[in-house]
Amino acid sequence: MPILAEIRFALRAALWFVFLTFPIMVIKADPIGQTVIWRWRNAVWVGACSFFVCLALRLWKNYRAKHPALGPSNDGGSFIHRILDHSGQRRAFLGILLAAAILFPFFASSYQTNIMITALIYVVLGLGLNIVVGMAGLLDLGFVAFYAIGAYTYALLHLHFGLGFWQSLPLGACLAALGGICLGFPVLRLRGDYLAIVTLGFGEIIRLALENWGEFSQGPSGIANIPRPGFFGMTLSLDQSILFLYFIMIVFVIATIFVVNRLRDSRIGRAWIALREDEIACQAMGIDKQKTKLAAFALGAFWAGGMGVVFAAKTTFINPASFTFLESVIILSIVVLGGMGSIVGVVCGALILVLLPEYLRALSEYRMLAFGAILVLMMIFRPQGLIPTIKSRYPLENLTDDRP
Amino acid sequence: MSQPILQVSALRMTFGGVQALAGVDLEVGEGEIVALIGPNGAGKTTLFNCLTGMYTPTGGDIILNAPGKKPCHLNGLKPNKIVERGLARTFQNIRLFGRMTVLENVMIGRHCRAKSFILGAIFRPPATRREERDITMKSFALLRKVGLADFAGEFADSLSYGAQRRLEIARALATEPALLLLDEPAAGMNPRETVELTRLIQQISADGQAVLLIEHDMKLVMSLSQRIYVMDYGKRIACGPPAAIRANPAVIKAYLGEEDDAAA
Ligand SMILES: Nc1ncnc2c1ncn2[C@@H]1O[C@H](COP(=O)(O)OP(=O)(O)OP(=O)(O)O)[C@@H](O)[C@H]1O
Ligand SMILES: [Mg+2]
Repeated sequence: MPILAEIRFALRAALWFVFLTFPIMVIKADPIGQTVIWRWRNAVWVGACSFFVCLALRLWKNYRAKHPALGPSNDGGSFIHRILDHSGQRRAFLGILLAAAILFPFFASSYQTNIMITALIYVVLGLGLNIVVGMAGLLDLGFVAFYAIGAYTYALLHLHFGLGFWQSLPLGACLAALGGICLGFPVLRLRGDYLAIVTLGFGEIIRLALENWGEFSQGPSGIANIPRPGFFGMTLSLDQSILFLYFIMIVFVIATIFVVNRLRDSRIGRAWIALREDEIACQAMGIDKQKTKLAAFALGAFWAGGMGVVFAAKTTFINPASFTFLESVIILSIVVLGGMGSIVGVVCGALILVLLPEYLRALSEYRMLAFGAILVLMMIFRPQGLIPTIKSRYPLENLTDDRP
Repeated sequence: MSQPILQVSALRMTFGGVQALAGVDLEVGEGEIVALIGPNGAGKTTLFNCLTGMYTPTGGDIILNAPGKKPCHLNGLKPNKIVERGLARTFQNIRLFGRMTVLENVMIGRHCRAKSFILGAIFRPPATRREERDITMKSFALLRKVGLADFAGEFADSLSYGAQRRLEIARALATEPALLLLDEPAAGMNPRETVELTRLIQQISADGQAVLLIEHDMKLVMSLSQRIYVMDYGKRIACGPPAAIRANPAVIKAYLGEEDDAAA
């Protein structure tokens, strides 16, 4: 009886779990009464939960193995791709989406518009990291450093030289791109885990520098009174400037999607994907590995820098605490959840991962836990992401016609 | 033999204490098909890795004299620079870009013959459009040449083994090499696929590209190559036309060493 075997397996796993969690879940020292409290009910809970979760997983896995038709290729992502494939439907779909995006702030409160601005910032950040991680396959855990570079560029330029949002935006983006190249050079030879560790270190170095180099960055107290973007010299009320920032972000998102899409279908985009697939073969086919990697780092960082400027303008106050490792993890989760290398996927991933915690406030305490769980579950059940990439197609029809 | 395209002299490669190449000399002429054979571990793949810049040789010289270009030393160059100079290879253990389409795999080969970079990709000026069209067209023509045109839109890792080997050849050809290095192209192929492969290699040679191939399938080697080099323990032990190699006692000894010992 296979089901009995599964139950036995789940039982064993549950006992194991109870045993492992025993010291923290069951034993509790009471320092006042000098006694030990035994919380046996916790042990029962742990055991029961792990038993049912384990059993469900095993049964589901068996079911999947017996029904290969339900395999990963047969998915909901294909629905969106089908719409995007058909040029008429695509135009209608994108038109409706755009109209909804434009109308949204007029129906929503400025609190909700503000949340949406944050979500859109993460869409662009995700698309930027998608170049580095999704396309070029370079696992970057310090992406938030470039976000910080952009934000501090604007804050400091405004503080010392009185530069405005629009002057700082290109400067912040370009400085971040420069930072990307600076990070890129020493890590050119590293791959996988090693690369991840070095980039993680880079992110922390930037944050610690901002925290401790008080004369430069005003340390942990941060920089306040950063102006929101002006509209041709007019002074805007708070609601108006939120509205304005929202529309700026809509334009940025469209521009980013346009550019990233074009990059993907280009010589350099193909080189990134080839680099991800097989670095050795990639070089042996004549691709300059260094140039390609540096381009990926620089372009990814470019978007992060630009978004840093927008973030500083949106919150009008920044300090190093906004640029912790958790930010990098969120952005990486967006890319993994959406689908590595998939532009539509990353957009959806960003909206889900930013909007869900905002609306499920109760969950926000457990954010890290939820991200961990999401990533683990995705790795098990859907390693290709929510909306995986599709194969690029090239206009071969025109070519076959002029066959000699 | 006319002016040699590739001239390797006294090439050495040592890994710590292992001497994988102990002074190898080799020449390939224009449009020639040359085979490189030898028992397992003789250093054949290591030689390819040195030629293509994956390893930096510890000694000796490699000169490539591609038609229409100045002769140049290849030792110490980066792999991508060597491809630009006109040397391309396939791999003994297939190394395709699995999650890219068959067509895109070949398009990667065209990378080094194109120029457009970031700005070109974003703004797509007419020059870039022309270049992209040219890349697609030439790549598709190569797929037709190796008989994979019908699979252009499939992922490379979904192809059969023999088809993957042919795709590797097409990808290497896309770099417009003067000399093509094939590392065991017939390994794992069935007899019919091997016949097709023979025809393909002959076609490549007829188109004016020289071929240097490593192969264990003696029938293929004997029927295809104009000259054969035999290596053992990192050294060249024989060189000559197929008939002479077949009769060479040193070669027979290298391949059938144990039998020789038993007789002694
Ligand atoms: N990177 C390396 N580091 C250390 N030793 C190596 C390395 N590459 C090759 N060798 C050694 O060099 C020798 C030659 O190996 P090579 O792969 O060139 O043989 P081969 O002639 O291609 O054999 P086969 O017919 O099995 O492919 C072997 O002894 C191998 O162990
Ligand atoms: Mg070999």
